Amino acid sequence: MTTLAFAILLVASLAAYALNRRAATGIRNGGARLHSVSNYHGLFALLLMLVPVLVVILAWLVLQGSVVNAVVMGALPDGTLTELEKGQVDLILAEIQSISGGRIFGQPEPWKLAAAERLTELRQLAALGLVLVTALLCLAIMIFARKKVSAEFRARQGVERIVSGLMIFCSVVAIFTTVGIVASLAFETYKFLRLVPLSEFLFGLNWEPQIPIRADQIAAAGAFGWIPVIVGTIVITIVAIVIAVPIGLLSAIYLFEFAPKRVRAVAKPLLEILAGVPTVVYGFFAILVVAPAIRIFGASLGIPVAPNTALAAGGVMSIMLVPFISSFADDALSAVPRAMRDGALALGATRAETVLNVLFPAAIPGIVGGVLLAVSRAIGETMIVVMAAGLMANLTLNPLESVTTVTVQIVTLLIGDTSFDNPKTLAAFALGMMLFLVTLIINIFALRIVRKYREAYD
Amino acid sequence: MDDLRAINCDVDTNATKISARGVQVHYGDTHAIKDVDVDIKERSVTAFIGPSGCGKSTFLRCINRMNDTIDICRVAGDIRIDGDDIYDRSIDPVQLRARVGMVFQKPNPFPKSIYDNVAYGPKIHGLARSRVEMDEIVERSLRRAAIWDEVKDRLHAPGTGLSGGQQQRLCIARAVATDPEVLLMDEPCSALDPIATAQIEELIDTLREKYTVVIVTHSMQQAARVSQKTAFFHLGSLVEYGDTDDIFTNPRDSRTESYISGRIG
Repeated sequence: MTTLAFAILLVASLAAYALNRRAATGIRNGGARLHSVSNYHGLFALLLMLVPVLVVILAWLVLQGSVVNAVVMGALPDGTLTELEKGQVDLILAEIQSISGGRIFGQPEPWKLAAAERLTELRQLAALGLVLVTALLCLAIMIFARKKVSAEFRARQGVERIVSGLMIFCSVVAIFTTVGIVASLAFETYKFLRLVPLSEFLFGLNWEPQIPIRADQIAAAGAFGWIPVIVGTIVITIVAIVIAVPIGLLSAIYLFEFAPKRVRAVAKPLLEILAGVPTVVYGFFAILVVAPAIRIFGASLGIPVAPNTALAAGGVMSIMLVPFISSFADDALSAVPRAMRDGALALGATRAETVLNVLFPAAIPGIVGGVLLAVSRAIGETMIVVMAAGLMANLTLNPLESVTTVTVQIVTLLIGDTSFDNPKTLAAFALGMMLFLVTLIINIFALRIVRKYREAYD
Repeated sequence: MDDLRAINCDVDTNATKISARGVQVHYGDTHAIKDVDVDIKERSVTAFIGPSGCGKSTFLRCINRMNDTIDICRVAGDIRIDGDDIYDRSIDPVQLRARVGMVFQKPNPFPKSIYDNVAYGPKIHGLARSRVEMDEIVERSLRRAAIWDEVKDRLHAPGTGLSGGQQQRLCIARAVATDPEVLLMDEPCSALDPIATAQIEELIDTLREKYTVVIVTHSMQQAARVSQKTAFFHLGSLVEYGDTDDIFTNPRDSRTESYISGRIG
């Protein structure tokens, strides 16, 4: 039925387009001078129908489920739902829904069967209503649009208004999605902070979140200090950035200034392939190649190295970041006017001096922006660290020991049993919130730096 | 300081500073300069004029080997400064460019302070042994470029904050700071207003006391005002070369005449 509604809309809009276009062409052929080309008259009708009706259909589909559910639950025999918690009410609703879907388990009470029947009826009614409303709306708009066609009608401006409305709608969707994500994070974080005090979370030095969810589970007593986790993230990020920044920058400078054309033509795409390697692949590269290599090397020097090290995870992450940094640096260097280069070369500077003393300072804002974006990527990177870093939250700054990161902990907390009234599960949201705040601050910082230096150098 | 002996000397008695023979330049498949011979006198201003795309800037950039920085550009023939072949293997283009300074069409100060802009050349070539010496070089260069009085109180302000004409004079100061013998100017006034242009032209006239100046210009009035010798380029060839007065009053070639009377643009 939903498909039918969409089909009606599509056919009706195309029909409206043809109708208005034809009417406008008719007026023109009659000798009048049109304000807008007949194509715009058609487009005006098309958009006038497509956009609002589409919004109505989508809104209907979003709201239909909850409205129907509310009606069904409201019509249950008196007293069935009193003294029940929200979770149990949800369970009853789910059962009714599965009965109406034809999946009957055991012998449900007769009132449930009746409710399921009502649910099926209501759903059919709603679908029918949707088709009917769509058809009526389309018809009304078609008549309205057709009446608008005249020589003076400014269909061009009309199209413009509808298109800009569409663009506003799309940006509002994007903004509201962001707001929604942040709000849900904030809400769950608030629930977490009611169970675990903020001071313990922010300043606690122990992270042992695997507490029992059901009574029969045997697990740790629980400690929710995020310090060891964030320190792990910071250690791995520092390792990654310290390796990636020099490699990325120097390779960018080489490719930009020194590499012969043929080398550049091959090397640049090769470097960019690195950015396209799935992080899972980096992950097993880290555990299968890099971590053993570091361990063997450490053993040969007599240094004890853990099987999962921050160095392995950070090192492999740095490979992922190299193309990121180098393409940012390359763009920034290319954006420096050629006149700067010529000026330095004409003074007798060598190519290296030109790049380091003149181009590089002028390109700094772009480069710093790129590096800070790489930092936020390193902080948020999940797959490599899930595979290559450890799970134990050691509070250490030694990159040769096993550490865990915020992202790894979020993954492990949400795998397996979850329960949204238990601090173990809710802790994942609190960590997510903190991660969001940290990357947000870094991004704001990056934008600030870029903007500040851009003003100074233009 | 050997400034004194240069003043007001007659150009024709000067020695030849730059001598080019059979210079050919190719940009990829384009033959940009065809067999150019020219002798440029020491301590004089020589103007290159000609319609757009005639190769005058390309030829200018051969003199300090700036064309080397363009991958597809090939230079053949013989260019000598003081008798030394500048395309010889033994010549380091980096050293050459310290001897042959260049000023560009658009002022291009580095995004650094005024002081650092001027000090950059001396610094990379190790011309100053101490901070005091560097200060002297900077002051002398800025004075030579007739901009010292305007910037002496804000030497550490960014060079990009100056007006267009001041920026161009800063670039001239930057170019003379390495103590070059030759100064190449590629349409140095084309991005400037008339007042700034007049200031630069006046400056060019004083620069010839110490330097051999070669200037590319689109303005024939400018060539007539500042130069002693003028070369007219057309379609990559040097059509006519001689004393500026002769070229403008009594051109020998019909193409030169057409150009200076405005028929070739």
